[in-house]
Amino acid sequence: MHEYSIASSLLRMAEEQAAKHAAARVLGLQLRIGELAGVEVGLLETAWSLVRERSCCDGVDLAITFTPARWECSGCGASIAQGSLLACVTCGGKAQLVSGDELVLDRIEMEVV
Amino acid sequence: MCDVCGCGDPAIVSEDLHAKILSDNDRVADHNRDHFRSHGMLTINLMGSPGAGKTALIEATKRMLPDLRLAAVSGDLATDHDSARLEAAGVPARTITTGTACHLDASMVHHALHHWDGPASDLFFIENVGNLVCPAIYDLGQAANVVALSVTEGPDKPLKYPVMFRAADLVVLTKSDLLPHLQDVDPAQIRDALARVMPEPRMLVVSATTGEGLAGWADWLRALRANAKPAAPTGSVGSEHEHHHDHDHATFD
Repeated sequence: MHEYSIASSLLRMAEEQAAKHAAARVLGLQLRIGELAGVEVGLLETAWSLVRERSCCDGVDLAITFTPARWECSGCGASIAQGSLLACVTCGGKAQLVSGDELVLDRIEMEVV
Repeated sequence: MCDVCGCGDPAIVSEDLHAKILSDNDRVADHNRDHFRSHGMLTINLMGSPGAGKTALIEATKRMLPDLRLAAVSGDLATDHDSARLEAAGVPARTITTGTACHLDASMVHHALHHWDGPASDLFFIENVGNLVCPAIYDLGQAANVVALSVTEGPDKPLKYPVMFRAADLVVLTKSDLLPHLQDVDPAQIRDALARVMPEPRMLVVSATTGEGLAGWADWLRALRANAKPAAPTGSVGSEHEHHHDHDHATFD
């Protein structure tokens, strides 16, 4: 389960931001996780509930936006359905993933006293 | 403090970051990549299930490329069996003991490079921890990701582990000598599954036992190495060193 190491990386990022802004505590974290990011959201939440204890993020739940995998033809831009052959039936172009592999901290909210 | 009236109430500050959560790992991976480039090492991140034949593939590579200096680090939870096997096969190898960790990350590889006491190499394998899930998302600084998939794992693995196979530059279907015993496994099915998860699917069918397909594997490595060489003989860092997709001879051979 690599979600624990991802939760630890996330905590380091939050701690850096909190220190930078001299924040007393973190109030919220907004994440974007893609279908093909290789991260199980439930496992990440479990791991997060462990690493956040007694940190600046104690008690903070993750607000996670899940993005489905979207493939497009790199030639003509036609949409290619996830699970189908990754080549364009119209022009034969190669498929490219336009979204769905994100593992991103979008926004952090902190309380500054 | 509240910066509207200075009343002493806490203020809420928001920061839009849009930052990759694995950016720390990616920074160390770039550092590793610079190290490999400057030392003229072609580095392969070899991934696959436990028992897929990763160590056997490196052993076979040693036999196929006697003119190249090979070396390896093997990620292992608890033993040094793989690196001992590689050493016995003439490949200088060290173990990265991961304990309970299910994957290698760039820092572990960086640490191993700092403590490397073996000889210099032209072709360096990072044999990842046997696992089709966790290693996929960690850049180690490699020039290419290779996934070993054994015929006994069944034809649907690319569909079950799309993140791993999407990350692969090449899939090596191992243990092809066992195919006659497996009524339900057809390499064509595996190719079809790969074409649904890999935008540029490449698969080689090999057997470390009979030698089938190993010449194609050696050719693929040589081509990658030729493309990875810096343009100027004195240059240690070449931007052309990174992932190459201009060698199409290996596609579905």
